[in-house]
Amino acid sequence: MKYAETHEWAKKEGNLFVVGVTEFAASELGDVTYVELPEVGDKFEQTETFGTIESVKTVSSLHLPVGGEIVEVNEEIEDNPGLVNEDAEGAGWLCKVKPTNPADYDKLMDKAAYDKSTQE
Amino acid sequence: MKQTPLRAVHEKLGAKMVDFAGWNMPVQYDSIIAEHNAVRNACGIFDLSHMGEFWLNGPDAMVNLQCICTQDIEKLSDRQIAYSPMCKPDGTIVDDILVYRWDTSTFMLVVNASNTQKDYDWIKSNLEGIVELSDSSDRTGLIAIQGPKAEEVLQKITNQRLKAIKFYWFTLARIADCECVISRTGYTGEDGFEIYCDIENTEKIWELLMEAGKDAGIKPAGLGARDSLRLEARLLLYGNDIDDTITPMEANLGWTVKFAKGPFIGSKVLKEQKDNGTSKTLVGFEMPKGPAPRHGYIVKADGKEVGHVTSGLKSPTLGKNIGLTYVPPKYSEIGTKIQVVIRDKDYDAEIIETPFYKR
Repeated sequence: MKYAETHEWAKKEGNLFVVGVTEFAASELGDVTYVELPEVGDKFEQTETFGTIESVKTVSSLHLPVGGEIVEVNEEIEDNPGLVNEDAEGAGWLCKVKPTNPADYDKLMDKAAYDKSTQE
Repeated sequence: MKQTPLRAVHEKLGAKMVDFAGWNMPVQYDSIIAEHNAVRNACGIFDLSHMGEFWLNGPDAMVNLQCICTQDIEKLSDRQIAYSPMCKPDGTIVDDILVYRWDTSTFMLVVNASNTQKDYDWIKSNLEGIVELSDSSDRTGLIAIQGPKAEEVLQKITNQRLKAIKFYWFTLARIADCECVISRTGYTGEDGFEIYCDIENTEKIWELLMEAGKDAGIKPAGLGARDSLRLEARLLLYGNDIDDTITPMEANLGWTVKFAKGPFIGSKVLKEQKDNGTSKTLVGFEMPKGPAPRHGYIVKADGKEVGHVTSGLKSPTLGKNIGLTYVPPKYSEIGTKIQVVIRDKDYDAEIIETPFYKR
Protein backbone atom coordinates (compact mmCIF):
# COMPACT_ATOMS: atom_id res chain seq x y z
CA MET A 1 0.00 0.00 0.00
CA LYS A 2 1.25 3.48 -0.84
CA TYR A 3 0.09 6.95 0.10
CA ALA A 4 -0.53 10.32 -1.53
CA GLU A 5 0.22 13.62 0.19
CA THR A 6 -3.49 14.43 -0.24
CA HIS A 7 -4.23 11.54 2.19
CA GLU A 8 -5.48 8.84 -0.16
CA TRP A 9 -3.98 5.36 -0.36
CA ALA A 10 -3.68 2.89 -3.24
CA LYS A 11 -3.12 -0.83 -3.08
CA LYS A 12 -2.33 -3.23 -5.94
CA GLU A 13 -4.91 -5.89 -6.63
CA GLY A 14 -3.98 -7.80 -9.77
CA ASN A 15 -4.05 -5.29 -12.63
CA LEU A 16 -6.13 -2.86 -10.59
CA PHE A 17 -5.61 -0.47 -7.73
CA VAL A 18 -7.92 -0.24 -4.74
CA VAL A 19 -8.24 3.35 -3.47
CA GLY A 20 -9.35 4.88 -0.18
CA VAL A 21 -8.55 7.61 2.33
CA THR A 22 -5.92 7.10 5.01
CA GLU A 23 -6.64 6.37 8.65
CA PHE A 24 -4.99 9.68 9.47
CA ALA A 25 -7.41 11.50 7.17
CA ALA A 26 -10.42 9.65 8.55
CA SER A 27 -9.46 10.56 12.08
CA GLU A 28 -8.85 14.20 11.14
CA LEU A 29 -12.22 14.42 9.36
CA GLY A 30 -14.16 12.97 12.28
CA ASP A 31 -17.50 11.28 11.69
CA VAL A 32 -17.89 10.81 7.95
CA THR A 33 -21.49 11.52 6.95
CA TYR A 34 -21.38 11.41 3.15
CA VAL A 35 -19.12 10.22 0.36
CA GLU A 36 -19.74 11.24 -3.23
CA LEU A 37 -18.18 8.57 -5.45
CA PRO A 38 -17.61 8.62 -9.23
CA GLU A 39 -19.52 6.46 -11.72
CA VAL A 40 -18.04 3.26 -13.01
CA GLY A 41 -16.45 4.14 -16.36
CA ASP A 42 -15.36 7.65 -15.32
CA LYS A 43 -11.74 8.43 -16.11
CA PHE A 44 -9.38 10.61 -14.10
CA GLU A 45 -5.73 11.55 -14.18
CA GLN A 46 -3.46 11.11 -11.22
CA THR A 47 -4.26 13.71 -8.47
CA GLU A 48 -7.50 14.72 -10.25
CA THR A 49 -10.61 15.17 -8.06
CA PHE A 50 -12.75 12.03 -8.29
CA GLY A 51 -15.21 12.62 -5.47
CA THR A 52 -16.04 14.37 -2.22
CA ILE A 53 -15.97 13.26 1.37
CA GLU A 54 -17.98 15.06 4.05
CA SER A 55 -17.94 14.94 7.82
CA VAL A 56 -20.27 16.80 10.16
CA LYS A 57 -18.18 19.97 9.86
CA THR A 58 -16.13 19.64 6.67
CA VAL A 59 -16.24 19.03 2.93
CA SER A 60 -13.05 17.70 1.28
CA SER A 61 -12.15 16.72 -2.26
CA LEU A 62 -10.84 13.25 -3.01
CA HIS A 63 -7.84 13.03 -5.33
CA LEU A 64 -7.12 9.89 -7.28
CA PRO A 65 -3.68 8.54 -6.30
CA VAL A 66 -3.34 6.51 -9.51
CA GLY A 67 -4.83 7.81 -12.79
CA GLY A 68 -7.19 5.61 -14.78
CA GLU A 69 -10.72 4.31 -15.23
CA ILE A 70 -13.06 3.61 -12.32
CA VAL A 71 -14.10 -0.04 -12.62
CA GLU A 72 -15.86 -0.51 -9.28
CA VAL A 73 -17.09 1.63 -6.39
CA ASN A 74 -17.76 0.49 -2.83
CA GLU A 75 -21.58 0.52 -2.74
CA GLU A 76 -21.63 -0.10 0.99
CA ILE A 77 -20.17 3.36 1.62
CA GLU A 78 -23.33 5.00 0.34
CA ASP A 79 -25.49 3.43 3.05
CA ASN A 80 -22.82 3.44 5.71
CA PRO A 81 -20.28 6.24 5.26
CA GLY A 82 -19.13 5.59 8.85
CA LEU A 83 -17.29 2.57 7.43
CA VAL A 84 -14.54 5.01 6.49
CA ASN A 85 -14.01 5.80 10.19
CA GLU A 86 -14.24 2.18 11.24
CA ASP A 87 -11.77 0.77 8.74
CA ALA A 88 -10.35 3.45 6.43
CA GLU A 89 -7.61 1.31 4.96
CA GLY A 90 -9.70 -1.86 4.66
CA ALA A 91 -13.49 -2.26 4.43
CA GLY A 92 -13.79 1.52 3.98
CA TRP A 93 -12.16 1.46 0.54
CA LEU A 94 -13.79 3.78 -2.01
CA CYS A 95 -13.16 2.56 -5.56
CA LYS A 96 -11.07 0.38 -7.84
CA VAL A 97 -9.07 1.85 -10.72
CA LYS A 98 -7.76 0.34 -13.95
CA PRO A 99 -4.57 2.37 -14.30
CA THR A 100 -3.64 4.27 -17.44
CA ASN A 101 -0.05 4.35 -16.33
CA PRO A 102 0.78 1.88 -13.52
CA ALA A 103 4.00 3.82 -12.88
CA ASP A 104 1.83 6.46 -11.13
CA TYR A 105 2.01 4.12 -8.15
CA ASP A 106 5.77 4.51 -7.90
CA LYS A 107 5.40 8.25 -7.35
CA LEU A 108 3.45 7.68 -4.12
CA MET A 109 4.95 7.60 -0.61
CA ASP A 110 5.59 4.44 1.36
CA LYS A 111 4.14 4.16 4.86
CA ALA A 112 7.21 5.47 6.65
CA ALA A 113 7.40 8.56 4.44
CA TYR A 114 3.66 9.22 4.75
CA ASP A 115 3.63 8.81 8.52
CA LYS A 116 6.51 11.22 8.72
CA SER A 117 4.66 13.75 6.56
CA THR A 118 1.61 13.68 8.84
CA GLN A 119 3.69 14.27 11.95
CA GLU A 120 5.07 17.54 10.69
CA MET B 1 -5.59 33.78 20.01
CA LYS B 2 -7.56 34.15 23.24
CA GLN B 3 -7.64 31.20 25.64
CA THR B 4 -10.43 30.13 27.96
CA PRO B 5 -9.59 29.04 31.52
CA LEU B 6 -10.18 25.44 30.41
CA ARG B 7 -7.44 25.31 27.78
CA ALA B 8 -5.36 22.78 29.74
CA VAL B 9 -8.45 20.61 30.30
CA HIS B 10 -9.21 20.51 26.57
CA GLU B 11 -5.61 19.68 25.75
CA LYS B 12 -5.58 16.85 28.30
CA LEU B 13 -8.78 15.47 26.76
CA GLY B 14 -7.18 15.53 23.30
CA ALA B 15 -9.70 17.98 21.86
CA LYS B 16 -9.38 19.24 18.33
CA MET B 17 -9.04 22.99 18.71
CA VAL B 18 -10.13 25.66 16.23
CA ASP B 19 -10.09 29.43 15.99
CA PHE B 20 -13.62 30.62 16.74
CA ALA B 21 -14.02 34.41 16.68
CA GLY B 22 -10.42 34.76 17.83
CA TRP B 23 -10.77 32.16 20.60
CA ASN B 24 -8.95 28.85 20.74
CA MET B 25 -11.96 26.55 21.23
CA PRO B 26 -12.60 22.79 21.23
CA VAL B 27 -14.63 21.82 18.15
CA GLN B 28 -14.74 18.15 19.15
CA TYR B 29 -13.13 15.81 21.63
CA ASP B 30 -13.77 12.42 20.14
CA SER B 31 -16.76 12.35 17.80
CA ILE B 32 -19.26 15.14 17.15
CA ILE B 33 -22.03 12.58 16.72
CA ALA B 34 -21.19 10.78 19.98
CA GLU B 35 -21.10 14.12 21.82
CA HIS B 36 -24.38 15.15 20.21
CA ASN B 37 -26.03 11.89 21.24
CA ALA B 38 -24.71 12.16 24.79
CA VAL B 39 -26.53 15.49 25.15
CA ARG B 40 -29.76 14.10 23.69
CA ASN B 41 -29.69 10.92 25.79
CA ALA B 42 -27.69 11.66 28.96
CA CYS B 43 -25.71 14.88 29.36
CA GLY B 44 -22.82 16.83 27.96
CA ILE B 45 -20.76 19.75 29.21
CA PHE B 46 -19.54 22.68 27.18
CA ASP B 47 -16.90 25.33 27.75
CA LEU B 48 -18.60 28.60 26.80
CA SER B 49 -16.15 30.90 28.53
CA HIS B 50 -15.63 32.74 25.26
CA MET B 51 -19.11 34.29 25.53
CA GLY B 52 -19.24 37.95 26.56
CA GLU B 53 -20.78 39.11 29.84
CA PHE B 54 -21.64 42.75 30.46
CA TRP B 55 -23.21 44.43 33.46
CA LEU B 56 -25.59 47.32 33.21
CA ASN B 57 -26.09 49.15 36.50
CA GLY B 58 -27.93 52.24 37.63
CA PRO B 59 -31.36 53.75 38.09
CA ASP B 60 -31.71 54.24 34.32
CA ALA B 61 -30.56 50.73 33.36
CA MET B 62 -34.12 49.51 32.79
CA VAL B 63 -35.26 52.37 30.60
CA ASN B 64 -32.10 52.01 28.50
CA LEU B 65 -32.62 48.28 28.02
CA GLN B 66 -36.22 48.93 26.99
CA CYS B 67 -34.82 51.10 24.23
CA ILE B 68 -31.97 48.80 23.15
CA CYS B 69 -33.81 45.45 23.29
CA THR B 70 -36.87 44.35 21.35
CA GLN B 71 -38.11 42.38 24.37
CA ASP B 72 -40.10 43.89 27.23
CA ILE B 73 -37.54 43.85 30.03
CA GLU B 74 -39.93 45.53 32.49
CA LYS B 75 -42.17 42.45 32.32
CA LEU B 76 -39.36 40.30 33.69
CA SER B 77 -39.28 39.44 37.38
CA ASP B 78 -36.06 39.66 39.33
CA ARG B 79 -33.97 36.53 38.58
CA GLN B 80 -35.74 36.03 35.27
CA ILE B 81 -34.05 36.01 31.85
CA ALA B 82 -35.12 37.22 28.40
CA TYR B 83 -33.77 36.22 25.01
CA SER B 84 -33.75 39.40 22.94
CA PRO B 85 -32.47 40.78 19.69
CA MET B 86 -30.88 44.24 19.76
CA CYS B 87 -31.63 46.12 16.56
CA LYS B 88 -30.39 49.09 14.61
CA PRO B 89 -32.84 51.84 13.61
CA ASP B 90 -33.42 50.01 10.29
CA GLY B 91 -34.52 46.94 12.25
CA THR B 92 -31.53 44.74 11.42
CA ILE B 93 -29.98 42.73 14.21
CA VAL B 94 -26.84 43.93 16.02
CA ASP B 95 -26.85 40.75 18.13
CA ASP B 96 -29.14 38.34 19.92
CA ILE B 97 -28.47 38.38 23.65
CA LEU B 98 -29.65 37.13 27.02
CA VAL B 99 -30.74 39.69 29.60
CA TYR B 100 -30.48 38.51 33.22
CA ARG B 101 -32.51 40.76 35.50
CA TRP B 102 -31.07 40.87 39.03
CA ASP B 103 -33.24 43.79 40.08
CA THR B 104 -34.67 46.90 38.45
CA SER B 105 -31.25 48.56 38.31
CA THR B 106 -28.89 45.60 37.82
CA PHE B 107 -28.70 43.45 34.70
CA MET B 108 -26.24 40.96 33.26
CA LEU B 109 -26.12 40.77 29.45
CA VAL B 110 -24.70 37.70 27.75
CA VAL B 111 -23.55 38.35 24.19
CA ASN B 112 -22.04 36.32 21.36
CA ALA B 113 -18.25 35.98 21.52
CA SER B 114 -17.92 37.16 17.94
CA ASN B 115 -19.82 40.37 18.79
CA THR B 116 -18.43 41.31 22.19
CA GLN B 117 -16.62 44.50 21.15
CA LYS B 118 -19.28 45.54 18.63
CA ASP B 119 -22.05 45.09 21.20
CA TYR B 120 -20.16 46.95 23.90
CA ASP B 121 -19.65 49.90 21.57
CA TRP B 122 -23.25 49.77 20.36
CA ILE B 123 -24.78 49.68 23.82
CA LYS B 124 -22.39 52.30 25.15
CA SER B 125 -23.22 54.70 22.31
CA ASN B 126 -26.95 54.38 23.01
CA LEU B 127 -26.93 54.86 26.78
CA GLU B 128 -28.59 57.88 28.33
CA GLY B 129 -29.00 59.04 31.94
CA ILE B 130 -27.54 57.48 35.07
CA VAL B 131 -26.31 54.08 34.00
CA GLU B 132 -22.99 52.29 33.80
CA LEU B 133 -21.88 49.59 31.38
CA SER B 134 -19.01 47.27 32.26
CA ASP B 135 -17.49 44.25 30.52
CA SER B 136 -16.71 41.36 32.87
CA SER B 137 -16.02 38.78 30.12
CA ASP B 138 -12.35 38.43 31.09
CA ARG B 139 -13.26 37.58 34.68
CA THR B 140 -16.13 35.20 33.94
CA GLY B 141 -16.05 31.48 33.23
CA LEU B 142 -19.09 29.80 31.68
CA ILE B 143 -19.89 26.10 31.58
CA ALA B 144 -23.11 24.60 30.21
CA ILE B 145 -24.42 21.22 31.28
CA GLN B 146 -27.15 20.04 28.95
CA GLY B 147 -29.27 16.93 28.57
CA PRO B 148 -31.95 14.90 30.36
CA LYS B 149 -29.49 13.98 33.14
CA ALA B 150 -28.18 17.53 33.60
CA GLU B 151 -30.31 18.35 36.65
CA GLU B 152 -29.53 15.10 38.42
CA VAL B 153 -25.79 15.54 37.88
CA LEU B 154 -25.57 19.23 38.78
CA GLN B 155 -27.75 18.70 41.86
CA LYS B 156 -25.06 16.46 43.35
CA ILE B 157 -22.63 19.34 43.65
CA THR B 158 -24.74 22.40 44.43
CA ASN B 159 -26.61 23.62 47.50
CA GLN B 160 -29.52 25.15 45.57
CA ARG B 161 -32.58 23.08 44.82
CA LEU B 162 -32.51 23.03 41.03
CA LYS B 163 -36.11 21.84 40.66
CA ALA B 164 -37.14 25.29 41.84
CA ILE B 165 -35.43 27.02 38.91
CA LYS B 166 -37.82 27.36 35.99
CA PHE B 167 -36.86 27.62 32.32
CA TYR B 168 -35.19 31.01 31.75
CA TRP B 169 -34.77 31.79 35.44
CA PHE B 170 -31.55 31.89 37.46
CA THR B 171 -30.26 31.76 40.99
CA LEU B 172 -27.11 32.43 42.97
CA ALA B 173 -25.64 29.15 44.14
CA ARG B 174 -22.57 27.46 45.52
CA ILE B 175 -20.63 24.66 43.91
CA ALA B 176 -18.15 23.45 46.53
CA ASP B 177 -16.82 26.75 47.89
CA CYS B 178 -17.34 28.60 44.59
CA GLU B 179 -20.05 31.18 44.27
CA CYS B 180 -21.75 31.08 40.88
CA VAL B 181 -24.86 31.94 38.92
CA ILE B 182 -26.89 29.01 37.68
CA SER B 183 -29.57 29.53 35.04
CA ARG B 184 -31.88 27.02 33.42
CA THR B 185 -30.93 27.98 29.88
CA GLY B 186 -29.10 26.48 26.95
CA TYR B 187 -28.60 26.17 23.24
CA THR B 188 -29.27 22.50 22.60
CA GLY B 189 -33.03 21.92 22.74
CA GLU B 190 -32.58 19.87 25.93
CA ASP B 191 -33.15 20.69 29.56
CA GLY B 192 -30.00 22.04 31.14
CA PHE B 193 -28.11 24.75 32.94
CA GLU B 194 -25.52 27.38 32.35
CA ILE B 195 -23.08 28.10 35.17
CA TYR B 196 -21.32 31.47 35.40
CA CYS B 197 -18.37 31.58 37.78
CA ASP B 198 -15.17 33.42 38.62
CA ILE B 199 -12.65 32.61 35.97
CA GLU B 200 -10.27 30.95 38.44
CA ASN B 201 -12.99 28.50 39.56
CA THR B 202 -13.92 27.32 36.07
CA GLU B 203 -11.59 24.34 35.97
CA LYS B 204 -12.61 23.17 39.44
CA ILE B 205 -16.31 23.28 38.54
CA TRP B 206 -15.66 21.46 35.26
CA GLU B 207 -13.81 18.67 37.09
CA LEU B 208 -16.54 18.40 39.75
CA LEU B 209 -19.19 18.09 37.04
CA MET B 210 -17.20 15.45 35.16
CA GLU B 211 -16.82 13.45 38.38
CA ALA B 212 -20.49 13.86 39.38
CA GLY B 213 -21.64 12.86 35.90
CA LYS B 214 -19.52 9.75 35.51
CA ASP B 215 -22.32 7.26 36.14
CA ALA B 216 -24.79 9.30 34.08
CA GLY B 217 -22.52 9.09 31.05
CA ILE B 218 -21.47 12.75 30.93
CA LYS B 219 -19.34 13.74 27.94
CA PRO B 220 -17.43 16.91 27.16
CA ALA B 221 -18.95 18.38 24.00
CA GLY B 222 -17.37 20.83 21.57
CA LEU B 223 -18.58 23.54 19.24
CA GLY B 224 -19.38 20.94 16.56
CA ALA B 225 -22.02 19.26 18.70
CA ARG B 226 -23.23 22.64 19.96
CA ASP B 227 -23.94 23.62 16.37
CA SER B 228 -25.72 20.40 15.41
CA LEU B 229 -27.80 20.42 18.61
CA ARG B 230 -28.90 24.03 18.27
CA LEU B 231 -29.83 23.62 14.62
CA GLU B 232 -32.07 20.61 15.28
CA ALA B 233 -33.83 22.77 17.88
CA ARG B 234 -33.96 25.64 15.37
CA LEU B 235 -32.01 27.98 17.61
CA LEU B 236 -30.44 30.63 15.42
CA LEU B 237 -26.72 31.32 15.10
CA TYR B 238 -25.61 34.91 14.71
CA GLY B 239 -23.34 35.21 11.67
CA ASN B 240 -25.07 32.30 9.93
CA ASP B 241 -28.85 32.61 10.27
CA ILE B 242 -29.08 36.19 11.41
CA ASP B 243 -26.82 39.21 11.07
CA ASP B 244 -26.92 42.95 10.55
CA THR B 245 -28.77 42.59 7.23
CA ILE B 246 -31.69 40.62 8.72
CA THR B 247 -34.55 41.75 10.94
CA PRO B 248 -36.26 39.72 13.68
CA MET B 249 -39.46 39.70 11.58
CA GLU B 250 -37.65 38.04 8.69
CA ALA B 251 -36.01 35.55 11.06
CA ASN B 252 -39.34 34.51 12.60
CA LEU B 253 -38.33 36.11 15.88
CA GLY B 254 -41.49 38.22 15.99
CA TRP B 255 -42.30 36.66 19.38
CA THR B 256 -39.34 38.56 20.86
CA VAL B 257 -40.50 41.94 19.55
CA LYS B 258 -42.84 43.74 21.98
CA PHE B 259 -44.46 46.83 20.48
CA ALA B 260 -46.77 47.37 23.46
CA LYS B 261 -43.89 48.64 25.60
CA GLY B 262 -43.53 51.77 23.44
CA PRO B 263 -40.89 52.88 20.94
CA PHE B 264 -37.43 51.26 20.91
CA ILE B 265 -34.53 51.21 18.44
CA GLY B 266 -35.87 49.73 15.21
CA SER B 267 -39.51 49.62 16.30
CA LYS B 268 -40.79 51.76 13.43
CA VAL B 269 -39.41 49.52 10.71
CA LEU B 270 -40.29 46.34 12.59
CA LYS B 271 -43.90 47.46 13.09
CA GLU B 272 -44.20 48.20 9.40
CA GLN B 273 -42.85 44.72 8.62
CA LYS B 274 -45.25 43.19 11.10
CA ASP B 275 -48.20 44.92 9.42
CA ASN B 276 -47.16 44.58 5.79
CA GLY B 277 -45.01 41.49 5.81
CA THR B 278 -41.40 41.00 4.75
CA SER B 279 -39.84 40.17 1.38
CA LYS B 280 -38.25 37.03 2.79
CA THR B 281 -38.79 34.70 5.69
CA LEU B 282 -36.72 32.05 7.44
CA VAL B 283 -37.94 28.49 6.92
CA GLY B 284 -36.72 24.99 7.68
CA PHE B 285 -36.39 22.28 5.06
CA GLU B 286 -35.50 18.64 4.79
CA MET B 287 -33.56 17.11 1.93
CA PRO B 288 -33.96 13.34 1.64
CA LYS B 289 -31.01 12.59 -0.66
CA GLY B 290 -27.51 13.93 -1.22
CA PRO B 291 -24.76 15.56 0.78
CA ALA B 292 -25.47 17.86 3.70
CA PRO B 293 -26.81 21.31 2.84
CA ARG B 294 -24.39 23.94 4.14
CA HIS B 295 -24.16 27.67 4.74
CA GLY B 296 -24.12 29.61 1.47
CA TYR B 297 -25.48 26.93 -0.87
CA ILE B 298 -28.00 28.28 -3.41
CA VAL B 299 -31.70 27.47 -2.94
CA LYS B 300 -33.97 27.30 -6.00
CA ALA B 301 -37.72 27.16 -6.53
CA ASP B 302 -39.66 27.17 -9.80
CA GLY B 303 -36.30 26.78 -11.56
CA LYS B 304 -34.81 30.03 -10.30
CA GLU B 305 -32.61 31.11 -7.41
CA VAL B 306 -34.68 32.23 -4.40
CA GLY B 307 -32.23 32.17 -1.50
CA HIS B 308 -29.27 30.60 0.27
CA VAL B 309 -28.88 27.99 2.96
CA THR B 310 -27.99 29.71 6.23
CA SER B 311 -27.34 26.55 8.27
CA GLY B 312 -27.59 22.88 7.40
CA LEU B 313 -26.33 19.44 8.28
CA LYS B 314 -27.13 15.79 8.33
CA SER B 315 -29.08 15.70 11.58
CA PRO B 316 -27.54 13.14 13.95
CA THR B 317 -30.84 12.73 15.84
CA LEU B 318 -33.17 12.51 12.84
CA GLY B 319 -30.74 10.84 10.42
CA LYS B 320 -31.68 13.13 7.55
CA ASN B 321 -30.43 16.34 5.95
CA ILE B 322 -32.00 19.49 7.40
CA GLY B 323 -31.39 23.18 6.95
CA LEU B 324 -32.60 26.75 7.23
CA THR B 325 -32.99 29.26 4.41
CA TYR B 326 -34.62 32.60 3.67
CA VAL B 327 -37.19 32.43 0.88
CA PRO B 328 -39.84 34.81 -0.45
CA PRO B 329 -43.11 34.30 1.48
CA LYS B 330 -44.80 32.53 -1.44
CA TYR B 331 -42.34 29.65 -1.05
CA SER B 332 -42.58 29.47 2.73
CA GLU B 333 -45.64 27.22 3.07
CA ILE B 334 -45.09 23.79 4.64
CA GLY B 335 -44.79 21.25 1.84
CA THR B 336 -43.35 23.65 -0.76
CA LYS B 337 -40.78 21.95 -2.98
CA ILE B 338 -37.40 23.63 -3.32
CA GLN B 339 -33.99 22.53 -4.56
CA VAL B 340 -30.57 22.96 -3.00
CA VAL B 341 -27.65 23.33 -5.40
CA ILE B 342 -24.58 21.39 -4.28
CA ARG B 343 -21.55 21.25 -6.57
CA ASP B 344 -23.70 22.15 -9.62
CA LYS B 345 -26.33 19.50 -8.91
CA ASP B 346 -29.92 20.19 -7.79
CA TYR B 347 -31.16 18.16 -4.83
CA ASP B 348 -34.89 18.08 -4.01
CA ALA B 349 -35.94 19.46 -0.65
CA GLU B 350 -39.21 20.39 1.04
CA ILE B 351 -40.22 23.07 3.54
CA ILE B 352 -41.13 21.41 6.84
CA GLU B 353 -42.25 22.43 10.32
CA THR B 354 -39.63 23.58 12.78
CA PRO B 355 -38.14 22.96 15.27
CA PHE B 356 -36.83 19.85 13.56
CA TYR B 357 -36.39 18.26 16.98
CA LYS B 358 -38.45 18.78 20.13
CA ARG B 359 -37.76 16.97 23.37
